Amino acid sequence: MNFPENLLYTKDHEWIRIEGDVCYIGITDFAQKELGDIVYVDIATKGKTVNQHDVFGTVEAVKTVSDLFMPLTGEVLEVNAGLDAAPENVNNDAYGEGWMIKATIANKNEVASLMSAADYKGLVH
Amino acid sequence: MKYVALNDLHVSLGAKMIEFAGYNMPVLYNNLIQEHNAVRNSVGVFDVSHMGEFMLKGEKALELIQLVTSNDASKLTDGKVQYSCLPNNEGGIVDDLLVYRWNENEYYLVVNASNIDKDWNWISQHNTFGVEMKNMSDDMSLLAVQGPNAIKVLQKLTEVNLSAMEYYTFCGGSMAGCEDVIISNTGYTGAGGFEIYVWNKDARKMWDAIFEAGKEFDIMPTGLGARDTLRLEKGFCLYGNDINDTTSPIEAGLGWITKFTKPFINHEYHKAIKENGATKKLVGFEMIDRGIPRQHYMIKDVDGNTIGEVTSGTQSPSLNKGIGMGYVSAAFSKVDTEIFIEIRDKAIKAKVVKVPFL
Repeated sequence: MNFPENLLYTKDHEWIRIEGDVCYIGITDFAQKELGDIVYVDIATKGKTVNQHDVFGTVEAVKTVSDLFMPLTGEVLEVNAGLDAAPENVNNDAYGEGWMIKATIANKNEVASLMSAADYKGLVH
Repeated sequence: MKYVALNDLHVSLGAKMIEFAGYNMPVLYNNLIQEHNAVRNSVGVFDVSHMGEFMLKGEKALELIQLVTSNDASKLTDGKVQYSCLPNNEGGIVDDLLVYRWNENEYYLVVNASNIDKDWNWISQHNTFGVEMKNMSDDMSLLAVQGPNAIKVLQKLTEVNLSAMEYYTFCGGSMAGCEDVIISNTGYTGAGGFEIYVWNKDARKMWDAIFEAGKEFDIMPTGLGARDTLRLEKGFCLYGNDINDTTSPIEAGLGWITKFTKPFINHEYHKAIKENGATKKLVGFEMIDRGIPRQHYMIKDVDGNTIGEVTSGTQSPSLNKGIGMGYVSAAFSKVDTEIFIEIRDKAIKAKVVKVPFL
């Protein structure tokens, strides 16, 4: 399984890519494998500020449904519209086309609570 | 926890194993949608050895079966199979099952794994007929070879003319060099195919022969996950989800296996429901707006009143939309009725449709 070094991670199996004042968020390769075929990504929090650890959406696989937890407090600026027609991108390209939201980073101190690739790898192995 | 004879094989194939009905079972080998499509389009093999098998033998075997089951087993002839259920005294169902007739004095009953002990006790308790009963569940494996190419795979392995066997018939015979095998034209996928009952000692030999013969059809092992999406697309009830100790077969749309041509346990109750009309009915529905129904989600009317509950639901891999079943008040049971499924506090539009979905 692949856990890119340039990303940060949470124990809820999300990845975060920080680009200046904003970040991109998705689920990890481990998470997509555990869920299986993803058929629907349901995110209705665009324009809303979501606190760290609160639910910003849900991801549905054929057999299961799982909540998505906000890794950092921030406003959801954008939801990946491409996933509406192609939710399988989360399976096929979890760190690329499978990104889920773009959000602001309201509290930079929270970044310290995220895990490195090495730490995350330790968690799932 | 109990283990099927081929447990180690499934583990070595990389299956994800889960506890199901007290057994360690393969729920997924690799990819659910691939496994689902393999069965719909070609052939897949389910190890469903957790299922229970009882033998009933004796001059009064039919009398016992007629008392405990809702369908009319007197209609069976040798080599025929019948879908049926065991009504309880409280208006519900102990289990659903298959009844196999070997001859007028010998029958096999095939029951759900989760209910083996409950069914055995229930039937034994009503066996005032001196019928000899034998529980063969721990000695028998069951491989469900399902899909349109199943017949081509299995025909390579047996002299029995499979194309001459009608749906819901069976025979004893030899297959893949294993003697004393039961070849049954039945299944829980609606994709065609056979179920092969084999003694545990022969299970591995049978499995290997089936996979060798199936190579040219890209045969694959298929898990309980795909079995569930396949059966739901065909609207087949799952005991514990869609039918249980409290549901009448009449409410569940199983009137076709509930025959009032003979008395059976609690038949008056079900007959009254049939004559007076059921107040709730099991219906199939498909999502109109986007969402995936799941078991226990509430079903609402347009005004937000609760009218029922989802008993089974999934994203259908074949139809690529959310489908489900659930009990609703009779007034909402007509095809095309608009209903709403409560998904994460939102009412998502759906409509009642005919089953099977596919």
